[in-house]
Amino acid sequence: MNRYTFTQAVDADGAVREKIGADVRFIAGGTNLIDLMKYNVERPDRVVDITKLPMRDIAEAPHGGLRLGALVTNAVCAYDTRIAERYPLLREAILSGASPQLRNAATTGGNLLQRTRCYYFYDVDTPCNKRQPGSGCPAIGGLNRIHAILGTSEHCIATNPSDMNVAMAALGATVNVRGTSGERAIPILDFHRLPDDKPEVDTNLRGDELITSVDLPDEAFATHYTYLKLRDRASYAFALVSVAAALRMEGGTIAEARIALGGVAHKPWRRPEVEALLKGAKPGLQTFSKVADALLEGSRPQSQNAYKIQLAHRAIIRALTQAADGTPQSVADKAIL
Amino acid sequence: MTHDSNVPYIGRATSRVDGPLKVTGGAKYAAEYAAPGLLHGYVVSGAIAKGRITSIDVSDAMTVPGVVDVLTHEHRARTAWLSYNYQDMIGPPGKPFRPLYDDKIQYSGQPVALVVAESFEASRAAAALVRVSYKSEEHITDLEAVKGQSYVPPKRRSGIAPPPKPRGDADDAFDAAPVKVKQQYRVPVEHHNPMEPFATTVVREQDGGLTIYDKTQGSQNNQAYICSIFGLSKDKVRVVNAFMGGGFGSGLRPAYQLYLAVLASQTLERSVRVALTRDQMFTFSYRPETIQTVSLGAEPSGKLTAIRHHAVAGTSHFEDHQEVVVNWSGLLYDCKNAKLTYELAKIDTHTPADMRAPGAVLGVFAIESAMDELAYEVGVDPVELRLLNYAEKDENDDKEFTSKALKACFKEGAERFGWSRRSPEPRSMRDGRELIGWGMATGVWEAQLMDTQARVTIHLDGTLEVASATSDIGTGTYTVMAMTGADMFGLPLEKVRVKLGDSSLPTAPVEGGSWAAASTCSAIKLACQALTKDLLEHARALADSPLKRARPEDVVARDGRLFLRDAPGTGVAIQDILRSAKLDELSAKGEAKPDSKVQKTHSSYTHSAIFCEVRVDEQLGVVRVARIVNAVAAGKIINPKTARSQILGGVVMALGSALEEETFSDHALGRFMNHNLAEYHMPVHADIKDIDVIFVDEQDELTNELGVKGLGEIGIVGTGAAIANAVFHATGARIRSLPITVDKLIDSPAFTAEP
Ligand SMILES: Cc1cc2nc3c(=O)[nH]c(=O)nc-3n(C[C@H](O)[C@H](O)[C@H](O)COP(=O)(O)OP(=O)(O)OC[C@H]3O[C@@H](n4cnc5c(N)ncnc54)[C@H](O)[C@@H]3O)c2cc1C
Ligand code: SF4
Repeated sequence: MNRYTFTQAVDADGAVREKIGADVRFIAGGTNLIDLMKYNVERPDRVVDITKLPMRDIAEAPHGGLRLGALVTNAVCAYDTRIAERYPLLREAILSGASPQLRNAATTGGNLLQRTRCYYFYDVDTPCNKRQPGSGCPAIGGLNRIHAILGTSEHCIATNPSDMNVAMAALGATVNVRGTSGERAIPILDFHRLPDDKPEVDTNLRGDELITSVDLPDEAFATHYTYLKLRDRASYAFALVSVAAALRMEGGTIAEARIALGGVAHKPWRRPEVEALLKGAKPGLQTFSKVADALLEGSRPQSQNAYKIQLAHRAIIRALTQAADGTPQSVADKAIL
Repeated sequence: MTHDSNVPYIGRATSRVDGPLKVTGGAKYAAEYAAPGLLHGYVVSGAIAKGRITSIDVSDAMTVPGVVDVLTHEHRARTAWLSYNYQDMIGPPGKPFRPLYDDKIQYSGQPVALVVAESFEASRAAAALVRVSYKSEEHITDLEAVKGQSYVPPKRRSGIAPPPKPRGDADDAFDAAPVKVKQQYRVPVEHHNPMEPFATTVVREQDGGLTIYDKTQGSQNNQAYICSIFGLSKDKVRVVNAFMGGGFGSGLRPAYQLYLAVLASQTLERSVRVALTRDQMFTFSYRPETIQTVSLGAEPSGKLTAIRHHAVAGTSHFEDHQEVVVNWSGLLYDCKNAKLTYELAKIDTHTPADMRAPGAVLGVFAIESAMDELAYEVGVDPVELRLLNYAEKDENDDKEFTSKALKACFKEGAERFGWSRRSPEPRSMRDGRELIGWGMATGVWEAQLMDTQARVTIHLDGTLEVASATSDIGTGTYTVMAMTGADMFGLPLEKVRVKLGDSSLPTAPVEGGSWAAASTCSAIKLACQALTKDLLEHARALADSPLKRARPEDVVARDGRLFLRDAPGTGVAIQDILRSAKLDELSAKGEAKPDSKVQKTHSSYTHSAIFCEVRVDEQLGVVRVARIVNAVAAGKIINPKTARSQILGGVVMALGSALEEETFSDHALGRFMNHNLAEYHMPVHADIKDIDVIFVDEQDELTNELGVKGLGEIGIVGTGAAIANAVFHATGARIRSLPITVDKLIDSPAFTAEP
């Protein structure tokens, strides 16, 4: 960890002003940033504490839905009764992640920006294009069992490790940000990016921008949903593959479908044109299997992660089945049904 | 609770005597000791697997305020030159690693510098600024790539039995066998990952001596190591390890932060602490990767006619680390023809180390998996197959067993588990989308007694102190020592004080091999007998002593009195004995030694039978261990409570090894990559369901003074095989390379295809 100066911002404009110039990082829960600083992956000159900013509320959003302040912790969000009742998909996704201690500290904004878990990225004694552009990507042909199968590039095959992001992508959330040139709203699907030839850039957030809140749309999919997370142990592990599935059912048919995949790409993976295939369809194995094929179209295995294609395929089918049946995956009892 | 001194503690579930200290933070660990002017050392770890250091630039590091010095191979105090001086009691043959010795890089993560500063933060900040340049040489860290160059270790490691001589002709018998199983099994590198990272605090005392608070499983081993390297006399070096946050074998040999802390302290003449980071916990000891081939020949009935077990294990280029991997196959089963072979192959890593039940976890996984395969091959129930081939004597060494209640383990374990309700066909039991699998295996581990001394002291205030330089690595040694002392003197536990974890106490070996309880408690028993005898001498000297004519075997000490066993009314208060002898206290020593006469004719082992139920999602390949019954035969159980905890811990660790644990190497870089607890997976609470521990009755008059066999390791042995066998029974997929993770199941052709 390097030596740095530490300041505390009192309002959003102040925070944004602080961010200009030198190598500055905001710190919220610190659960990712501090680790990265201890590993010398992040070496900021200045750290700006944003935890005193008034961004801790969950409130009704202007156009329906709920607005989550960027500093709402993952625990507060998951256990909020409005979230639990209206957005159980988000709640379940958050609770499937990390540990209670981490969720108590982790914030909505920080979770959106948490960085990949690629082993090489965390080890400064190894090359990594994301950490040190141009140094190479040893994961390609190396240890890539946990890496991406979709949207990879020859420069980086890392995944976005978040569970929360996957649920937000399925729900179609909007990220509200403020920078020196004002405010803007970024649809969640445009927030994270694919690695292409700039793997060092995870998102489309600009250097001076602060995440202020996230809007969850009115349509909440509160009855037919599931968050199915497959991992190497029952808890406290990042997803190998996860599926957020949300259906609006009318009678016995699917009126609308959302499917987002985690653990398979540099961003939560959604294909609205594939989801459209389900519109008006009756739930069924064959239909779900076709959707899974279409969602995974273009997937490319690395040396160690071909299994992810199969696993994702099966997980999509199971998740859609769970959602259609109205039997969401339980995070408390980890058994998958 | 009032104590009835007629009811012994031994055999009764007793809470840890050090429990309150541990849960209140009163127990101090190596990195928690302070000293005036304490300096902090931070290790700089090397980046390449093999080569030379061409330069180390410390100029930026030195500018960080608070930095005192940066020690490197070019800048350090002179220490012993010969690698011989770096040898420790546990180390295998070879040239031990010497930290900061020269410019040579022998493995990735090797310490290359120590930044010493007035604060931990300054040392850490400066460590990131030390710039090391290297000249790389070609390395190989992949065992698979060098297994063709394996060799029989020319020099055997002391204390490790080499494979027994072949019996019969296993090759011919295998070729002629009507039924054959021949398979290869792989266990990857695993790291110990105890909770407490390694740390040493060196405190310079007024008289120039060093008090070294160290995380170690053996204070005297590390004391000897430091004295030998730095040319110090033993009375100037005291190593203290009163508490240890888990070791699992990683603390048997001196870890490199010990050397670095003493080096810094000697160079700078200050007190120094060096604590390793979690990442650095992956830069020394680990369980070696092994590739094993087991060939079983059998009659159609399942009776074994041939056992061949060949293992190749990884070791470093500088030491031949050895474990007992293959011998178990010849020991567990009655078979006329057995050929067991064990070889090493060198890779560019640090030397592996003993990790809980070293060798046995590996070898028993292989033989117990192969036996399961044979059971399906001949269509015999796995328990029946084991009974059919049950070894009534140790055929490896042609000796009797001091005791072997393994049949009782099979019986009681199977009953508790409900084994008779098992449907033998793979994939024949299910619950909804989950396939249910029932598997079992045998476990075995040595019951050893090591030369150990203890001292007991009775005080005028009626308290008893029991002391030995042994360690309590979290296993409950404090408690069993106190229980033994309490029983011998008929005292409540509160009146017994335990001293351990200090090199200045009576000689004891490192704590490992499951020998500490048997050895230390035997020594305490002998010391108590000696003390009773001395007290009697003094008692007989009393005027009008009622014990005047008593012989040592006639008297007992209880409730602060020494009296005739057959006439409890006839006796003297111990206080009175001490007072009239004008003593504040009286001490005696005891020494436990293995009985060489018994050893000539007998072998002593603990055994277990493990039964396991797994549930596997038939499409997703997610494995859950629903329940495990582990029935253990380990002689007399001193403390059923901590004994059960040891088995529970062993089972949990086995679950990790079977399903989760693997240290991944990037062989191109020659480096372990998942070096933290987020990415190196061990079981979490949600993975653990029912674990049922049974201790079967096993009387053993021969193994030692107390009939105690030890329990620290048996819980992990065989349990991995039981889980793997259950996964096969559930799915029909035999995964022979641990851990059994979802990718391997999905990729296995035997695992179900999608509906
Ligand atoms: C052991 C471990 C296991 C974990 N397991 C999981 C898991 O299973 N699933 C999962 O989803 N996550 C998991 N996590 C990750 C965890 O969810 C994230 O670390 C956490 O969400 C980050 O939030 P934070 O507030 O602590 O962010 P910080 O560490 O404070 O910040 C992270 C980044 O976001 C930036 N930032 C923070 N807030 C803002 C803002 N408002 N505007 C602009 N920039 C901002 C910071 O500058 C920094 O770059 C795990 C973490 C650990 C350590
Ligand atoms: S996958 Fe991306 S993060 Fe990982 S080593 Fe390659 S470039 Fe770095």
